[in-house]
Amino acid sequence: MELSPKVKNILLLDSEGKRIAAKYYSDDWPTNTAKEAYEKAVFSKTKKTNARTEVEVTALENNIIVYKFVQDLHFFVTGGEEENELILASVLQGLFDAVNLLLRGNVDKREALDNLDLIFLCFDEIIDGGIVLETDANVIAEKAGINSIDPNALLSEQTISQALATAREHLTRSLLK
Amino acid sequence: MAQPLVKKDDDLDDELEFSPFMGIEKGAVLQEARVFNDPQLDPRRCSQVITKLLYLLNQGESFTKVEATEVFFSVTKLFQSKDTGLRRMVYLIIKELSPGSDEVIIVTSSLMKDMNSKIDMYRANAIRVLCRIIDGTLLTQIERYLKQAIVDKNPVVSSAALVSGLHMLKTNPEIVKRWSNEVQEAVQSRAALVQFHALALLHQIRQNDRLAVSKLVGTLTRGAVRSPLAQCLLIRYTSQIIRDMGNHSQSGERPFYDFLESCLRHKAEMVILEAARAITELDGVSSRELTPAITVLQLFLSSPKPVLRFAAVRTLNKVAMTHPMAVTNCNIDMESLISDQNRSIATLAITTLLKTGNESSVERLMKQITNFMSDIADEFKIVVVEAIRSLCVKFPLKYRSLMNFLSNILREEGGFEYKRAIVDSIVTIIRDIPDAKENGLLHLCEFIEDCEFTYLSTQILHFLGIEGPNTSDPSKYIRYIYNRVHLENATVRAAAVCTLAKFGFMVEALKPRITVLLKRCIYDSDDEVRDRATLFLSILGNDDGLVETDKDSREFLFGSLEAPLVNMETSLKNYEPSEEAFDVDSVPKEVKSQPLAEKKAKGKKPTGLGAPPPAPVSGFDAYERLLSSIPEFATFGKLFKSSSPVELTEAETEYSVNVVKHIFESHVVFQYNCTNTVPEQLLERVNVIVDASEAEEFSELSSKPLNSLPYDSPGQAFVAFEKPEGVPAVGKFSNTLTFVVKEVDPNTGEAEDDGVEDEYQLEDLEIVPADYMVNVGVSNFRNAWENMDPENELEDEYGLGPRESLAEAVKAVIDVLGMQSCEGTETVASNARSHTSLLSGLYIGNVKVLVKAQFGMDNRKEIAMKLAVRADDQSVSEAIHAIVSGG
Repeated sequence: MELSPKVKNILLLDSEGKRIAAKYYSDDWPTNTAKEAYEKAVFSKTKKTNARTEVEVTALENNIIVYKFVQDLHFFVTGGEEENELILASVLQGLFDAVNLLLRGNVDKREALDNLDLIFLCFDEIIDGGIVLETDANVIAEKAGINSIDPNALLSEQTISQALATAREHLTRSLLK
Repeated sequence: MAQPLVKKDDDLDDELEFSPFMGIEKGAVLQEARVFNDPQLDPRRCSQVITKLLYLLNQGESFTKVEATEVFFSVTKLFQSKDTGLRRMVYLIIKELSPGSDEVIIVTSSLMKDMNSKIDMYRANAIRVLCRIIDGTLLTQIERYLKQAIVDKNPVVSSAALVSGLHMLKTNPEIVKRWSNEVQEAVQSRAALVQFHALALLHQIRQNDRLAVSKLVGTLTRGAVRSPLAQCLLIRYTSQIIRDMGNHSQSGERPFYDFLESCLRHKAEMVILEAARAITELDGVSSRELTPAITVLQLFLSSPKPVLRFAAVRTLNKVAMTHPMAVTNCNIDMESLISDQNRSIATLAITTLLKTGNESSVERLMKQITNFMSDIADEFKIVVVEAIRSLCVKFPLKYRSLMNFLSNILREEGGFEYKRAIVDSIVTIIRDIPDAKENGLLHLCEFIEDCEFTYLSTQILHFLGIEGPNTSDPSKYIRYIYNRVHLENATVRAAAVCTLAKFGFMVEALKPRITVLLKRCIYDSDDEVRDRATLFLSILGNDDGLVETDKDSREFLFGSLEAPLVNMETSLKNYEPSEEAFDVDSVPKEVKSQPLAEKKAKGKKPTGLGAPPPAPVSGFDAYERLLSSIPEFATFGKLFKSSSPVELTEAETEYSVNVVKHIFESHVVFQYNCTNTVPEQLLERVNVIVDASEAEEFSELSSKPLNSLPYDSPGQAFVAFEKPEGVPAVGKFSNTLTFVVKEVDPNTGEAEDDGVEDEYQLEDLEIVPADYMVNVGVSNFRNAWENMDPENELEDEYGLGPRESLAEAVKAVIDVLGMQSCEGTETVASNARSHTSLLSGLYIGNVKVLVKAQFGMDNRKEIAMKLAVRADDQSVSEAIHAIVSGG
């Protein structure tokens, strides 16, 4: 019998309930359709609540869900109904604070999408296959914040062509707008 | 919303514009992935492409095998780059692509190199990736490195190896088990998370060795654990040990309780909660043990953090089901939670209050709930309605205010499920509390005047047809029913016609008027309605009818369909229109699966918010129908009582059998529910041989074997006994299951022709005095007691010997008698030294029995009981005393 605390999924949805990033660790939702249905149910059940100052919690389909919102981003962590909700809350808080650190305080949908790689890495550093890997936001952010600790890719070492490519990209994007 | 102005403008310009993934397409991204093959790698660009790939996968896009393989191969090229950021993304995408075993070989050498890298981040992630994708043979190759990693001085590396070990224990347990020395060392780690992961793995490795586990827990509970998560684990392991030992140690202090109790003073809230929950879930927890846990939960109730309030009220809700008295101290805190912002918390608080509330607080509570009901979602309302139903069963005297509440909410807006829950509750109350009947029926009548759900209307009409004619003034319902014939759709109209006919048939005075009404229905626009009206008219018109036809009509109107509906449907489908009329008797009556009621009880019920205790609906009707459909038993008369299923086999044996005892006036039928749990076998001619040598008053009459018992589809065999009429004969029966077993080819599912005869010993079965007692409640015990002849009262005193608690003695007496406790008197106040239980029941021969049992406990926990019995028949009172003195 397994007694370790288990996380069933982590969800990051936007203000319309659309998936920005999601990671499932249990077989409860085998298909993408099932996943989307679950996300929709979770979103519509929680959207009217105010989860901006404290972590909120609810129950749905024999699961416990803890959640927190900021700007147009909705963070959710799901666990089984027997799970200790305070453990789930600590996972959520770790995720939330780590994302906040990584996005340097500008936590909204636009920043999240622009730095989706960091969000994915963040998920990866918090939970491994349903098992809590780390809950300390500073540690998570440090591990996921690859660019800041990268010894080989300092800005000074970027080649001219790379710098040019970056500049060109920014230019085209601003022109397209 | 302190967003910079510029951003806002962008948002307005084009909602989607700012998404870097707008218009992203799989084909294009796969094209882009070719940059991985460039000789001059651009790490930034490669990272972006990987992010896009991950985005696609994350949105639910799937890659074909070819696509995935192609991407995987080009990704492996990226190991050439020294860019750590890119490497990190490479690890991630490899895990997401989950390559096949033939492809894995390409990356293993790169990953193994990273596993021994100087950069900690590489080591940790390479381990996680490798362990995710490799199989047993490769695992042995890297085992040496993993063992080193477990004791690595960097906690990130160590955790990575331990968590990977946890995952691989499922696929390669024998390898992981060899690491226990290293894991043991890691348990001592100073890093919190390492300790947590190591403890989890060590426990998993040793979980089958009880002694080792209890030694491990014993050492650690003395205080070497730093991490709150690890402490939570330790609490879970401890309560598992307590559970396992439960049966062995009876006396004295519960081992490890002190540890759990000390965790209530831990500084981390998650540990406090875990410990409090563990204590409340202890088997047979005493109120002394509960108190400290309830106290900390009570503190949580007023926490500013919603999660803490939720956790506390959720736990208390569960405790309230078994120990309502222990929770009453928190009632004031919970009442303030009714107005909590978080609706989940408010609903849990209400349902808990409904469980713990005493009779006097019901009205006040209902007032509070009424305000609350208007602004919660349907699913919460259903939970509340169910809680109210059980409250009503508990306090029958309060049915008036509860019924009023239900009828009020019935009139308000709501979805189908919610309305059905309310209607079900009212129906249950009407059934259980005779006094509530007329009032409740009128509420239902009013509801169908304006009911948008066809299903509910027909159900209520049917119910009215059965209950309505027996009320004091049946005529007042006619108006409501006949209105349906004018205003509703065909289905409801047809149901209303049936109900009218039932009134006409049962109430002689109404018959002429009903006939007039039915005559109007024969011009209905719908065939079915006209047919029914015509049919009932001819039945009712049969004024000077013989007794014979009268009985037939009654059977037709009130009897249930003899054959199961499914069989009926199949038979009708197979019937080809011809000269020969369809013969109802040709429909097979054998029930294919177990009765519905039983399935419901066994199946995992959805236990949402504060799962309510199972509703007091018994499978009695289902049993009665089943038995009367079997010709051999049809002559036994009315079924008096059916016991709940008694298991005759251990759990997880090849064949699982339980038995239901059906008691008739002068017969007993054993219903053996058999399940074959071996997929490779088909059982035929399944029979139960019963040896009744220890049950002298019983003689075997007939048995009904089960023809065939395929894998996993339950079937029933029956054995019937005759016994002296009306006599509560007791005895012991030993059972043997006999059958012919045939091998089944797992591929084709076909059974071989030849079978082997075999038998299987089942456990013994007993008929006890409680089997002759039906637990029927009375709404007002005092009245009922006064109304019984005091002449027939028999009183006696008994010593019950030393017991653990008063509550245990009360429960034992109730169980032995098999009676219904009234007015909530089955719950004993904690620390009470005396208690009175009021019990009621119906003894065989339909003799009403009431019992007042007074319990007292002295200092040595010796319990004495004074038992006063009143029954319509003195001999029955004597029999009750005989049961107690015998049990």
